[in-house]
Amino acid sequence: MIDFGKLLNLQGAIIWLPCTLVLYAGSSALHRRLDKAPIVNPTLLTIAALVLILASCGVPYKAYFESVAVLHYLLGTAVVALALPLYQNASRLHGRYISMALALVAGSLASIFVGLTVATLAHASASTVLSLAPKSATAAVSMEISRLIGGAPALTATLTIMTGIIGAVGGPYVLNALRIHTPEARGFAMGVASHGIATARAFAESEVAGSFAGLGMVLNAVLTALIVPPVVRLFGFA
Amino acid sequence: MLAQLGLLMMFQLIGEAVVNSLGIPFPGPLCGMLLLLGYLYLRGGPSDELSIVGSKLIDNLGLLFVPAGTAIVAYGALFATDGLAIVAALIVSTLVAVLIGGAIAAAAEHSDTGVP
Repeated sequence: MIDFGKLLNLQGAIIWLPCTLVLYAGSSALHRRLDKAPIVNPTLLTIAALVLILASCGVPYKAYFESVAVLHYLLGTAVVALALPLYQNASRLHGRYISMALALVAGSLASIFVGLTVATLAHASASTVLSLAPKSATAAVSMEISRLIGGAPALTATLTIMTGIIGAVGGPYVLNALRIHTPEARGFAMGVASHGIATARAFAESEVAGSFAGLGMVLNAVLTALIVPPVVRLFGFA
Repeated sequence: MLAQLGLLMMFQLIGEAVVNSLGIPFPGPLCGMLLLLGYLYLRGGPSDELSIVGSKLIDNLGLLFVPAGTAIVAYGALFATDGLAIVAALIVSTLVAVLIGGAIAAAAEHSDTGVP
């Protein structure tokens, strides 16, 4: 007789890795079938399905994470690999240095200021507001900034992933509405606002868009670390 | 294939080591990425096998965010109180950032290409 409780709850339970892969493969197939519509984002669909499954089976997140930790490790490896498309597309940067620098600074400031303003107006708690400030930077950076300014790093990680999904799902529609079709501008704007998850989306559009998204992500990781602490002080926190 | 994957992981490891020993708040993988970029310039480009392994990983980038993203399951109580504020702040700020960043990058694009 199989003990299903044990199969589900054991730390490092073997079931969650295949379950995650199958859910993601199914979500990706649906995404491709629907002409890669941004709303059918495979990362979003997979997370939503897993949250439902874990919550209804009463499985703690820690047990889930331990069994899929290898995927989290490979995220770091994939980020290293972004150097390859960046190298291939580096020549496209010529003549774009100033425009990309302006877009970086404006996009980064907009994300921080608007986020802090809306959260404050909506009466979020101070700890939530602080945890939200660095959300456009890639998770490892945003968590570290959150720790420095007195936020909750683990919450920041979740808010950062949500930011990535929002940019990956909503960003393409915003850019379409503005009739922005150059892959360099589309990718860069999404990478600055929504880091790696939007970079994955940009690669689904084209390799050029993906490379510029990767570039935007790296540059905004640095810029966010520099400007969030003074901006938070300006808002009267910390 | 495995050798190339190992090479990427070596850069990941060196990136972590550099960031850790300098004590700077920067992610190890991004540091590893910059080091790999430097290596590619020194070497004059990647081997075909390295490009293939790299694009396989990047093609599945979305999958690799699932373990971190699923952590939201632990924040049910917080979202009951601050959920509306959080969702509003994230949606408005992120889409405004895409809008402003995209508009500036695209506007400058037109003026750049206008100059011979």
